Amino acid sequence: MRCRICGAPAVINMRQHKLSLCAEHYPPWLIRQTARAIHKYRMFTAEERVLVAVSGGKDSLTLWDVLLKLGYQVDGMYIDLGIDGGFGYSAQSKAKASAFEAAHPGTRLLVVDIVATYGESVLDVAARVQKELRPCAICGLIKRHEMNRMALEGGYSVLATGHNLDDEAASLFGNVLHWQVGYLRRQGPVLPADAEGFARKVKPFCRLYERETAAYALLEGIDYIYEECPFATGATSIQHKETLTQMEHKTPGTKMHFYVNFLRAREEGLLSNVEDDPPALRSCERCGQPTTSERLCRFCRLWARA
Amino acid sequence: MQVTYRDKVWTFDETLTVSQLLRRIKVLPESVLVIRNGTLVTEDQQLSSADEIRIVAVISGG
Repeated sequence: MRCRICGAPAVINMRQHKLSLCAEHYPPWLIRQTARAIHKYRMFTAEERVLVAVSGGKDSLTLWDVLLKLGYQVDGMYIDLGIDGGFGYSAQSKAKASAFEAAHPGTRLLVVDIVATYGESVLDVAARVQKELRPCAICGLIKRHEMNRMALEGGYSVLATGHNLDDEAASLFGNVLHWQVGYLRRQGPVLPADAEGFARKVKPFCRLYERETAAYALLEGIDYIYEECPFATGATSIQHKETLTQMEHKTPGTKMHFYVNFLRAREEGLLSNVEDDPPALRSCERCGQPTTSERLCRFCRLWARA
Repeated sequence: MQVTYRDKVWTFDETLTVSQLLRRIKVLPESVLVIRNGTLVTEDQQLSSADEIRIVAVISGG
């Protein structure tokens, strides 16, 4: 296969785009695709400060790299959840994020150490407050709270995550399977800051396949952690991704059409008859973040029980 | 050729294309990237018995 632009040997063939590109022309192509998504979905402007949530994985580090190359004012933030998994998962992933910061003067990495800040790791909290051994629900709660806190405290206009098309399509698939209409109404490239105390959240890679962000990371020499979180095994999201990947193999473009056409259909009125009755929000008495609870938000209640 | 994918290693003494290799080890091409002797390659590329192949899983989750 040959590069569509210059005819050199291609390093990646994207059946979904009917496009093959070489090592020289592929990274700029991905950067342009990202810029288009940022513009199309009005994610943020060059004047706004962006905080990228970095896990040490390929998507978030690639996003940080791409946004820097596009000239945005961007910093990264890493949340150390204190997960070891037998191989120092948190330590390794933090090291990847720190190494990226060291290699890119002009950007900085903010680190939130959950154990140091709150006294317990996510595993300790999960063991204390729930019967299930998998800490994923607690982990998600902690990450969302801390990402929002760091974005607001640091004066960042927007929080960007490395969610890619595979993530979005899998999430959409799960929401449709269970007809989670509330989530379907809100799922998308941009979660606006629709209440005081929330940072705008965006997903600049929402139209890029996971294979595409991985190829960029490899070609640009971005050193990321290959190992998954030890608790990811058996996750429903991975099952959904595998199902969609099988469909993609038979019909290239399936994931893109599923996601993009859902967004278009929703814009044209799908789900418009579903009443949107958001609950009243108050400020948490302890952290000040929005909550539907009377006094403390769910995050603060975790530590209040310790 | 020596092929590594996750924690598995295979040895093949024949010439295969990337597509044939992936079918042989039952891996969907959409879920991986294939690196031959340090270089990304597309599915039509011919692999020789002397090649070092690293297959990188790209689908993550959890």
